[in-house]
Amino acid sequence: MKQFVFLTLIGVLCVTAVQAQKVKGSDTVLPLSQKEAERYMKTHPSATVTVTGGGSGVGISALIEGTTDIAQSSRKIKFDEKQKIRAGAQTVEEIIIAYDALAVVVHPRNPVQELTREQLEGIFTGKITNWKEVGGSDLKIIPYSRETSSGTYEFFKESVLKNRNYKNGILSMPATGAIVQSVSQTRGAIGYIGLAYLNREVKALRVSYDGGGTFTAPSVANAKNGTYPIVRPLYFYYITRSEKAVRPFIDYVLSPAGQQIVHETGFIAL
Amino acid sequence: MKPDLLRCKRKGFRLFAEALFTLSGTVTTVVILLIILFLFKEGAGLFRSNEVEKGYSLCVHASSPVERLSPAQIKQIFDYETEWIPFRLEDLFDRYSEEELGKDYALLPGKLGEEITKEPKLVAFVPTQYVPTGLPTVRVLPGSRIGWLRFFGGKEWMPTATPAPLFGVLPLLLGTLWVSLFAILIALPLGLGATVYLSELAGEKMRRLLKPAIELLAGIPSVVYGFFGLVVLVPFLQRTGGLPVGETALAGSLILAIMALPTIITVAEDAMRNTPKALREASLALGATRWQTIYRVVFPASVSGISAAIVLGIGRAVGETMAVLMVTGNAAVMPSSLLEPVRTIPATIAAELGEAPAGGAHYQALFMLGCILFLITLLISTAAEIISGKSFYNKKGI
Repeated sequence: MKQFVFLTLIGVLCVTAVQAQKVKGSDTVLPLSQKEAERYMKTHPSATVTVTGGGSGVGISALIEGTTDIAQSSRKIKFDEKQKIRAGAQTVEEIIIAYDALAVVVHPRNPVQELTREQLEGIFTGKITNWKEVGGSDLKIIPYSRETSSGTYEFFKESVLKNRNYKNGILSMPATGAIVQSVSQTRGAIGYIGLAYLNREVKALRVSYDGGGTFTAPSVANAKNGTYPIVRPLYFYYITRSEKAVRPFIDYVLSPAGQQIVHETGFIAL
Repeated sequence: MKPDLLRCKRKGFRLFAEALFTLSGTVTTVVILLIILFLFKEGAGLFRSNEVEKGYSLCVHASSPVERLSPAQIKQIFDYETEWIPFRLEDLFDRYSEEELGKDYALLPGKLGEEITKEPKLVAFVPTQYVPTGLPTVRVLPGSRIGWLRFFGGKEWMPTATPAPLFGVLPLLLGTLWVSLFAILIALPLGLGATVYLSELAGEKMRRLLKPAIELLAGIPSVVYGFFGLVVLVPFLQRTGGLPVGETALAGSLILAIMALPTIITVAEDAMRNTPKALREASLALGATRWQTIYRVVFPASVSGISAAIVLGIGRAVGETMAVLMVTGNAAVMPSSLLEPVRTIPATIAAELGEAPAGGAHYQALFMLGCILFLITLLISTAAEIISGKSFYNKKGI
């Protein structure tokens, strides 16, 4: 009897060792991969997928150290992170699992409807300080940013500000919800949020990346057909050697069922 | 059981209990000291870090007159505010494909050298391992360590600016003191008023009702105060004051004042009520009115307790994190008025530590901020200790 218990225990351990996977990284991707893991485990009862957050950087460094199987990231892997993996004689695989669009939002009563990338850059770097400079009323512009720890902050800086620094002393909010709250109650406010957070209390602006040629409104459809410019991919990274172990879960995420979850959580399916 | 044995057993138990208490006391003290040591060790590492991001170097054309760049100058260059042209590795990837850079980027330094040679006004920010060596046209700028003066005297806090982060602690330090100062100025009259009412004027029934209610205020989680501030106080201030932005130092001070009130009232009220009955009765017997008794006798007698209450209230305000993070707007600017956003030290640590790479300069700078905060609170609690030790009775020889 004792032997039997022992053997089954070993058997169970072996199976879980093969099937258990750890996903770690970006807090933006966290709700999505949690839901994916939940549904995946329901359809594959023998598998275990543990999902934790901590930020994109944390996830990728865990991948380098080998303490996670998949790193979820809201930004592309950095050059020196890739170098570190290369130094360990490994290669890394990159999978885009979904897209996320950022909407630029203002107070609902602000008459401004659209801005170019150059104007946005001017506003967030502090060169443009009054709404009348961009066709609005005579009102001070109050730009709201996210905290420096956020991947959204980095992406907005890269895509909209072209790597220039935000203006010194920009208002920074600890969460996207706080930006929505502040923009909805401040007349001169402007901020950026994930498309999923867009609601009626704030107004999304149309944005142009070609110097004012065409302005596009942020929507799932426009992000999908590529006309809306502020769109970022969300990534899964894994070490090529562990492909066999992680592939079933990634395949599930990329399957129609998995992409349905992407849609439900407010992101843009592939 | 023999009485001898019983005594022996009791003694053994007593010795055991004593040892246990000594042990727990020692362990607690040692752990606290170790935490402080860790804090300062991590923080001090900042002054051994380079100003330019770890593992990277700045290169210029050999003919360039630039000798040395301060972090502020580097920031200006990379914000395209000078005549110099900033160049990052991404710019190289835009111009060449991965194949052209060769296996393991073996050809990368060469291509980089070409770019620098072509444009004498270029300032290139590249990983140190790919700096082109042996080219007469390329010069690597010498890196310098982050200095004490730049940290404690700097007026710009931009910890994630690349290539060179700006760690100027002045706006954060002044922001913390600014918000706390006004919080205590608001809380002081209110708190003392409530204390005098509770301990001297209120009836027993009222007191029984009010005291627990005020103590209950101390039990509300600070994030709830923060949320209340963001949703109620901030829009209220904005509307009534006609302010362009509601997240201001004033909002932070008001929330902190509300949060410090229970501490002040509870401690000060205890001090006033502990005034000996004899003092009070002697004063009344001499013909003093109730009001004269309060401010001539009870107040001076309990002044050390009241001062301690105020200092504890300040300590509460200085260290508060969550509520301030939510209502002050967190803009790292030198505070100049109450109606502008500010950023405090605790809020900065809470907001940035999550993503600061462990061991990096940013991480160490946040620990250094922790050290500063620790010193401020140490100073405050020492002051409280000294003040409450100075008794009215000792002075008057009663």
